Amino acid sequence: MGKKDVQVVDVPDPQILNKRDAILKVTATAICGSDLHLYNGFIPTMEKGDIMGHEFMGEVVEVGPGVKNRKVGDRVVVGFPISCGECFFCKKEMFSLCENSNPNAWIAEKMFGHSPAGIFGYSHLTGGFAGGQAEYVRVPFADVGTVKIEDGLSDEQVLFLSDIFPTAYMAVENCDIEPGDTVAIWGCGPVGQLAVRCCFMLGAERVIAIDRIPERLAMARASGAETIDYEEEDVSEMLMQMTGGRGPDSCTDAVGLEAHAPGAAHYYDRMKQAVMLESDRPYALRQAMLACRNGGTVSVPGVYPGFDAKIPIGAMMNKGLTIKTGQTHVQRYFGPLLERIKQGEIDPGFIITHRMRLEDAPKGFDIFTNKEDGCIKIVLKP
Amino acid sequence: MQVKQAITINGAPEELYRFWRDLRNLPRFMKHLESVTTEQIMGQPAADQASVGATSKPVGRPTRDGRSHWVAEAPAGTTVEWDAEITEDRPNELIAWRSLEGADVDSSGTVRFEQAPGGRGTVVKLEMHYHPPAGALGAGIAKLFGEDPEWQVKEGLRRFKQLMEIGEVIKTEGQPAGRDSSTSRKYDAAVRG
Repeated sequence: MGKKDVQVVDVPDPQILNKRDAILKVTATAICGSDLHLYNGFIPTMEKGDIMGHEFMGEVVEVGPGVKNRKVGDRVVVGFPISCGECFFCKKEMFSLCENSNPNAWIAEKMFGHSPAGIFGYSHLTGGFAGGQAEYVRVPFADVGTVKIEDGLSDEQVLFLSDIFPTAYMAVENCDIEPGDTVAIWGCGPVGQLAVRCCFMLGAERVIAIDRIPERLAMARASGAETIDYEEEDVSEMLMQMTGGRGPDSCTDAVGLEAHAPGAAHYYDRMKQAVMLESDRPYALRQAMLACRNGGTVSVPGVYPGFDAKIPIGAMMNKGLTIKTGQTHVQRYFGPLLERIKQGEIDPGFIITHRMRLEDAPKGFDIFTNKEDGCIKIVLKP
Repeated sequence: MQVKQAITINGAPEELYRFWRDLRNLPRFMKHLESVTTEQIMGQPAADQASVGATSKPVGRPTRDGRSHWVAEAPAGTTVEWDAEITEDRPNELIAWRSLEGADVDSSGTVRFEQAPGGRGTVVKLEMHYHPPAGALGAGIAKLFGEDPEWQVKEGLRRFKQLMEIGEVIKTEGQPAGRDSSTSRKYDAAVRG
């Protein structure tokens, strides 16, 4: 309802509005780190009354006439990008770049040059679609945007197929890991935690995870990472030592625009943000670009909406870095990642620290954004 | 006032041309148009207009003669009407139309359908001109095409692309929200401008 103000209210039930819609009864949903950017007022075009939530799953209760591969009673997880399946980008499996799913493409076009796909519950810039932190939700293009889940898997095992597991996986794929590689990950939030696991899945030799919250660092270590607490140590120096002077082969920024950093740089960025001179605080990205070895890859799943930010473009150019980034093409990963879960290779639910009822969402947002109570990931059950 | 916009659509020039050439389809993606009829000048709408609810892609039917009658929304819930004719028609390539002499609204348009390079469908290039008459009626007409005619035309092309690629225009009007309106007057293209 406003900055730092989410409320749980009664609203009308969703309806089938387009032929390929389905209506879902939500059984589990979550709060995303990127929801906090909405909550804290960093993403423009929110309106009072917008329904949030882009990580959700549930039971199909109604299907539109155009949905051929889902029926009432199916249990599905929904991907956060809304994708038509027919356009140039969907056909290339670049689902988060769908040309037809953002009715407000005009806004994103003004900001970015061209519009990416519509997204559930993520401001009018991405279409103003009602999201899934709710009891019921309307899912456009349900035949493309959902994955069917059979019995034998709990909601908590599969919920994160909606966003953060594919996001971590795509971010790590984008690191182009080769045998013997060291990958450094900034941010031990849910995406960072899953990224640590994905790095080892995809053959990394070593993973170094960077954060300041003790339970998050401990969780990363439990997954096999070495960790750096950036409030205790100088990250650049530590990375230099740990990688024998060469730098990590790949660096992942799983932090995004609300980066926190000790010292003067943080206050510089917060001040500039306060007077709207700079919309993003790319502290993690700057460090990653400087620390990355020559010719390495910087992978950026962290969300940035802004127009400009001071990043070391000279480092990028002169070290010949490859930058890979983007909103996750979730639907592309449904099959392969569901398979890994079924095979027991990973249970993404390990990151869940809090389970709350939907009614408690406001409290959830609060403890998540303040990183209180050991909070790493909150799942809400309507 | 002149507007030029282009968009790339998955589909052969023939399909896109055929849909557009049945001018009765234009209001399905040009929001400010209420209707375009071709059976009779100043008459009723055609009986067998392609159904909006159909699951298959909409198919156009060429008109028998080149004349059409256009009705557009005007401010304060009124409408403005004029007759037009096709001035050039190169099948699968180009359609040009203009309002007849003496019409209240002097307007014309040209749409081109070109093969996109690399077999990537069709590039649709639209040019529209409006010359509103002077006076109160003119000011009203100018308003009806919005404060940002380029924007209106681009939105129209986006909707045309959706009709061609997925058979309908994706909408959010009617979805739940924690306020009276399901949409945002300020941001949502469907209800603004």
